[in-house]
Amino acid sequence: MPVLVIDGLRVDVAGDGPDIVDEVNLEIAPGEVVGLVGESGSGKTTVGLAVLGHARKGVRVVQGSVSINGREMLTLKPQQLRQARGDLVSYVPQDPSTALNPALRIGKQLMEVLEYHDFGGSDQARRDRVDEVMAEVLLPSSRHFLRRYPHQLSGGQQQRVGLAMAFACRPAVIVLDEPTTGLDVSTQAHVLETVRDLCRRHGVAALYVTHDLAVVANLADRVAVMYAGRVVESGPTTSLFDNPAHPYSRHLIAAAPDITGQRATVGLAGRAPSPGRRPVGCAFAPRCELATEECTTAFPPVVEVAAGHEVRCVRPWTVPARTEAGPVSLPGPTAPADATLVVQSVSASYVGHRVVQDIDLHVGKGECLALVGESGSGKTTLSRAIGGLHHEWKGQILLAGVPLAHSARDRSVDQRMKIQYVFQNPYSSLNPRRTVGDSVARPLMIAGASKAEAADAVGEMLSRVSLTGAYAHRYPDQLSGGERQRVAIARALVSRPDLLVCDEVTSALDVLVQAAIVELLADLQRDLGLSMLFVTHNLPLVRSIAQRVAVMAAGHIVELDTTVQVLSEPKEEYTRRLLEDTPQVPVYE
Amino acid sequence: MGLLKFVLWRVAFGILTLFVVSVVVFALTQALPSDPARAILGRDATPASLAAKRVELGFDKPAVEQYTDWLGGLLTGDPGRSFVNGEPIMDFLGDRIKNSLFLMVVAAVVSIPLSIVVGSYAALRRDKTFDSSTSVVTLVLASMPDFVIGALLIVLFATNVAHVVPATVRIRPGSAPWSDLKGIILPVAVLTLAVVPYVARVMRASMIEVLESDYVEMARLKGVPERTVLWRHAMPNAIGPTLQVIALNVAYLAGGVIVVESLFNYTGIGLALRDAVREVNLPVVQFLAMFIAAIYVVTNLLADVGTILVTPRLRTRLT
Amino acid sequence: MTVLDEPILLADPAETAASPRGMWRTALGLWRTRVGLGLLAGLVALAVIGPWLAPYGETEFVGTPNLRDVEGATLGTDYFGQDVLSRFLYGGRSILVLAVLSTALALVSGVTIGLVAAYSRGLVDNVLMRLMDINLAFPQLLLALVALTTIGPKAWVIVLVVGFTTMPRIARVTRGAAVPVVERDFVSAAQALGESRFRILRSEILPNVSGPLLVEANLRLTYSIAIIAALGFLGFATSVNAANWGLMIQENKGAVSVQPWGMILPGLAIALLTVGTGLVGDGLARAAAGIDRKKAT
Repeated sequence: MPVLVIDGLRVDVAGDGPDIVDEVNLEIAPGEVVGLVGESGSGKTTVGLAVLGHARKGVRVVQGSVSINGREMLTLKPQQLRQARGDLVSYVPQDPSTALNPALRIGKQLMEVLEYHDFGGSDQARRDRVDEVMAEVLLPSSRHFLRRYPHQLSGGQQQRVGLAMAFACRPAVIVLDEPTTGLDVSTQAHVLETVRDLCRRHGVAALYVTHDLAVVANLADRVAVMYAGRVVESGPTTSLFDNPAHPYSRHLIAAAPDITGQRATVGLAGRAPSPGRRPVGCAFAPRCELATEECTTAFPPVVEVAAGHEVRCVRPWTVPARTEAGPVSLPGPTAPADATLVVQSVSASYVGHRVVQDIDLHVGKGECLALVGESGSGKTTLSRAIGGLHHEWKGQILLAGVPLAHSARDRSVDQRMKIQYVFQNPYSSLNPRRTVGDSVARPLMIAGASKAEAADAVGEMLSRVSLTGAYAHRYPDQLSGGERQRVAIARALVSRPDLLVCDEVTSALDVLVQAAIVELLADLQRDLGLSMLFVTHNLPLVRSIAQRVAVMAAGHIVELDTTVQVLSEPKEEYTRRLLEDTPQVPVYE
Repeated sequence: MGLLKFVLWRVAFGILTLFVVSVVVFALTQALPSDPARAILGRDATPASLAAKRVELGFDKPAVEQYTDWLGGLLTGDPGRSFVNGEPIMDFLGDRIKNSLFLMVVAAVVSIPLSIVVGSYAALRRDKTFDSSTSVVTLVLASMPDFVIGALLIVLFATNVAHVVPATVRIRPGSAPWSDLKGIILPVAVLTLAVVPYVARVMRASMIEVLESDYVEMARLKGVPERTVLWRHAMPNAIGPTLQVIALNVAYLAGGVIVVESLFNYTGIGLALRDAVREVNLPVVQFLAMFIAAIYVVTNLLADVGTILVTPRLRTRLT
Repeated sequence: MTVLDEPILLADPAETAASPRGMWRTALGLWRTRVGLGLLAGLVALAVIGPWLAPYGETEFVGTPNLRDVEGATLGTDYFGQDVLSRFLYGGRSILVLAVLSTALALVSGVTIGLVAAYSRGLVDNVLMRLMDINLAFPQLLLALVALTTIGPKAWVIVLVVGFTTMPRIARVTRGAAVPVVERDFVSAAQALGESRFRILRSEILPNVSGPLLVEANLRLTYSIAIIAALGFLGFATSVNAANWGLMIQENKGAVSVQPWGMILPGLAIALLTVGTGLVGDGLARAAAGIDRKKAT
């Protein structure tokens, strides 16, 4: 008997706007965790909020029903809705640092939920419940702790308070909206463990909304995949991961990095159409290599391909050829003598605070070295020091054997051109007031090229990163995230650098785009003979691109070896734990 | 850094500010092209009496010594004597300071709660009739200079159109500032109309931001009643950023009284300042400049400390 | 806050860039901007060409003071027996010119200081902004009065003082808008390429704060008009007898019950002028905010 039933849900942009989600059907049984997976813009959060009878400003639920224990959520009066929220169904927000009230102590925010639903009937019962639920989420319930304000907690603790609030009234259904985004993998692992445990133990039906395939693979009993506002495939987790029936699901899985290196990651061009721009028929058809005319006439009906495994595709289980990739193959590491970049006992500080301790490493010619670490490990500070953007460091950084000045401005034009930097967030690394062409041409202009020469080089470089020359006249806000990152890469490569520093270049991107960017970088590196320093927190990702890996923690390099060695037989305890905590997408045959 | 340490640091900065203000005010008055001694004694003064007057006023001393004398006097409560009638400044400004402070306090007491209520309500009724109409009214009022608002109010309510309130305030020397309550209706109205639009707009913006925050959405998703969402979750977070603007406007009142008093012939420091400027009565100008700057410094200090007290994130960082 | 996980681009993205040009285009679609521009155009025209239309001279004596019905003087005479209409037509130009000049001065200095402070951070930022705080401790009107007392009622003094006291307000807004821009990666990218500080300020940061600055410049122009008119009202126009809307209100307020025109006309003119700039500023601010919202979601 499912406790939550979503039937034919449709949510529109208010006032005759286009639909954001439509034809969403889902059922969740007590104690079951269902993962709702989709890229940004797929409408997964909209569905999650509709379960609480909530639609954000400018959005309206127009059709369908959401019932919890037989109670219809979408037609409740405000007073009844208020009683149901927090008690019958509760919500764990994406970012607890903004979802907890900064002006209220956490104890107060916890008690509040219990008070307004008159839990337990007495203050003492409620205080007991606070103690109990805090213990359940593995937080202390001392008076001292409860009197803290949200900003006095770590990100992981904040999210546990969010969980405690959600579980406080023992709800029947709980909606978790990407609750581990922004947390380190070890914290994420602990939070997920708690969620799984509490749902099983108390028979809570959980809808886990996320973009992260690896997380649901390890957490959920069943998975529903959303694309452009529709659920395109749903089924038991093992069935769906072993035998994805929808080409989009296949692409999602193929794009997820595989830590074993048995299959290379494969990206997919294009982007999901936003509401109002969705084509008739299957919204995935324009990007689907299997699409036929049939796909563009109507949204395909539900096909049950296995027990409880449903797909909305006219050609289920036909495998798109592009998703079948062989094992990762990378050139071997090069000799240290050939090093493009040498870092010798570099220590860096941040306003007097030592964050990087005595680092030695080198990047060989044509080699990619990955620098992996959790937030605060010092990896970005080190890479910024190499790029001439962080000035507070001592030691030596040599480019082709020549020591570099601290600030980029004090380095020679040639040195500046030879080291190029690609930034994390493509939404902030391009000046919105400049055309793509101007941005990409700038390094050449500094190096003294003429306008005509620069324009030629820009056109060539744009085509190298799979964009057309027409992009030169566009502004960044006319581009998608993936296109912007390609432009940023073009800007970095236009001056023919020897060393490319990539600082978390895929962390702001959806998984399909991430895979495409990694593919592009690996190709470029090979074709141009580039040396590359690939900075990331994503351990599985490095398998597809780096020959060697340096694992950083607390300012030190914990382990530095070939990628295969580090990922399959880590020597250090820290690396082993990191690997254990990193969720994996299972490899299917 | 402890809260006390922050307050001390803030007070020190306030004192530094006042010190710089005093230097600038003094330096400006040194630039005076006309001779104050001649201004006091008139055209037919003899060179000897002019020289004697200069010595009496201390103008023969070096500038630095004049400055330290003046500053010392200010600090010991003796800001000097008026050039015009030789009276000690505190004697004839005492009542005027009281009058002006009364006007400012009444205006602040009326306008601050009013702006918070108007701003919050507009935010709650966002894009509805109340919001869009107050938005136009506050915009128009915020744009107009206060003396123009006053002039139009006089035409409307005190003379030509309807004669319901007096156009001037009469406070006899020696009587309390509240002796002509009917008279201060218009001055208070002008100051209120000058302050409310500004603060209300900031309050509205701050409240809207808070109402759209994740934690307000979260409170609603927790099933907290709307009234509590408003008073417990939204209000405390919205008021913090508004405090600074309230302080700026209270400080503005100190300058605003200059114009308003002049318009309504209200015997306060504003009128005194205007007259002192016309008569080149230096000690009075200097004293009032310092007095008004001090009000500014104190209100800003209070706002800074207040902001810290109502914002746990800032408060806990200090303690 | 996001309605969706990703922006809904219903409008042409090219038009949503918060550039001054894009803002004007959006703002012109709002009634308040159009009304404001209409008021502004009318009053600027009145102030500029008014003196040529005036039937009498600026200080010409035409009859008994404070009369409503005087032959040849449509709106009667003022407190001194001058033609109210002529004084009115003469009285706007100096206010407008001085206000524009002082705003321009404040804009150039304030924007420079704000940009330098935001980009330098640390000590330079601290010193500059504390200096601006100290400057703010002088109420604008007060400092103007002190300066006018000692140096004399000269036009350049008014421009200098109003410009100088407006500067810190613009510097604050500029710095506030520029700090998040400075933190964006395209500024780091320019630094990594070794671009000069001047070029980074001018080409990377300034174009990205021009939207808020446009709104701020408009607001400051409104306030400069108000301050300069208030100085006239307090009796500190550039020359003693020159016609000035602010001064007219002061001169004629004593006889307002018998001859209201001397107060109503300049009062309305100043009100409509400042409301005009205020409406335009609000239109621009709305356009900017609308764009920002679209970008943020």
